[in-house]
Amino acid sequence: MTTAEKILARASGKASVKTHEVVTARIDVAMSHENADVVLRAFKEIGIERVWDPDRIVILFDHRAPAETEKTAATHQRIRKFVAEQGIKNFYDLKEGICHQVLPEHGHSLPGQVMVGTDSHTTTHGAFGTFATGIGATEMAGVWATGELWFMVPDSIRINVTGRFSEFVSAKDLILHIIGMLGADGADYKSVEFCGETITGMSIASRMVLTNLSMEMGAKVAFVAPDEKTISYVRENEGSDFETVLSDPDAVYVQTFDIDVTDIGSMVACPHSVDNVKPAKELAGTRIDQALIGSCTNGRLEDLAVAAAILDGKKVARGVRLLVIPASRRVYIEALRQGYLETLVKAGGLVLNPGCGPCLGGHQGLMAPGEVCISTTNRNFKGRMGSPESFVYLASPATVARSALAGTITAPQVR
Amino acid sequence: METIKGRVYKFGNDINTDVIYPGKYLSITTDREEMAKHCFEAVYPEFLKDGQPGDIIVAGKNFGCGSSREQAATCLIYFGIRAIVAESFARIFYRNAINLGLPVAVAPGVWGMFEHGDVIEIDLENGQVKNERTGVTAECPKLPDFVLGILGDGGLIAHLKKQLRKD
Repeated sequence: MTTAEKILARASGKASVKTHEVVTARIDVAMSHENADVVLRAFKEIGIERVWDPDRIVILFDHRAPAETEKTAATHQRIRKFVAEQGIKNFYDLKEGICHQVLPEHGHSLPGQVMVGTDSHTTTHGAFGTFATGIGATEMAGVWATGELWFMVPDSIRINVTGRFSEFVSAKDLILHIIGMLGADGADYKSVEFCGETITGMSIASRMVLTNLSMEMGAKVAFVAPDEKTISYVRENEGSDFETVLSDPDAVYVQTFDIDVTDIGSMVACPHSVDNVKPAKELAGTRIDQALIGSCTNGRLEDLAVAAAILDGKKVARGVRLLVIPASRRVYIEALRQGYLETLVKAGGLVLNPGCGPCLGGHQGLMAPGEVCISTTNRNFKGRMGSPESFVYLASPATVARSALAGTITAPQVR
Repeated sequence: METIKGRVYKFGNDINTDVIYPGKYLSITTDREEMAKHCFEAVYPEFLKDGQPGDIIVAGKNFGCGSSREQAATCLIYFGIRAIVAESFARIFYRNAINLGLPVAVAPGVWGMFEHGDVIEIDLENGQVKNERTGVTAECPKLPDFVLGILGDGGLIAHLKKQLRKD
């Protein structure tokens, strides 16, 4: 069986499952952010007093934090009240950062477990071998009530990655290359497994970029097989009571791809879809107004480090706004300690508090008509980051930093 | 479930949830009129003029891709969309629609079968869609009984309430 099949079999109390079979799985972790407000309203409507297990529910604020309107402030207030009433102790309020960074940092993303989140990028946690997927708010109300959810056992795709990245090319370029190849629906309903020497050699943060963006080709879940690196990260972050699950050698895949990263350059997803991918060098000269480094995709320490290395002792081009958003408080503190934030601020960057920032068009750096942003985030849909007449290009932290310096889209390899 | 019938409003491929319900309105979650007013407003503003309550959306592949925001399904319900038939759906939107009681059907070939304004008939129980004008039909794989049960009860919350009463 594949990893997805094995985890679903175990979570549904079966010895084995087959693809396309519908199973009811026990949920290990149920995560929500601001939309917990919609969840709790639906939950109360069901007419049950208490959630099934307050210790398995994780709630935090990241999408509109701190509150940008009175309406959001009231949302936060209702959720805080509910959390207190229900005795939900895994509540991080708005001080910790983005859910997809905070949960691993606090030992909630565990190999072999089933996690659902009311956020599409919940696939991120598959970097730890978690069967992790996004669901809607009403469905989450059902999970809060019953602790279970139905799943169709997905087909699996295997992506075997070999070779060494050339300078300034990273996981973001690889996954954009893959999404460009497979398309926005290329992995719809499927489980995607990343394997091979390049993946084994990657940091945890880089693996999270792959599983995070797998959502943008429709994946239900994405996995990197847990190894020593995973186990030591999980243990260092107080993760316990988990059992590693790996695909069997005779597991069946509907598709297998072999990718050699040696020849992949810096890639950019052009407006207005994530599968509209081109090499960065083909876009040379495209004027930018804003450059954004952050998000659940690329707001981690290694992302800030490469941006700081590129911008060290230099200045962002006149007229370009550089926004820097550490993914979490921990990342923020470490980036301060390492001097990355000082470098980025000296270069002209504006550091915002950990959170989703303008990625989903909520607040903190929205775009005017005609403006162009190059961003390390994960979606460039029309109107996503403000005006429907603005343009968002998605790229790696290196490409974004280099472009901020030039004022136009520029491959980081350009001296 | 009875046969669902309505006027066709067509959309293309990869219609994402930011386009259906922009992020800037996410803090609006209960105001029916207000939410209905923003469906597709930024990219397909003509929908708000030409779309009518009772319409059935016929779309290409990967309808509802992107965010897990349930408001994308809710706003369509509040607008009065009766059902959605597509070549394929993105999975979170598909589940959200069912959980909110909005009928959805996957019918390969459906996009080419209809013109804007045609009348579509959907028979979820028997897994078939039909163009009333041309008489052409397409199959839509039948939903599992428990999913039909959720839809039949008007969504997951009503379904769970009913189950609780039984227990």
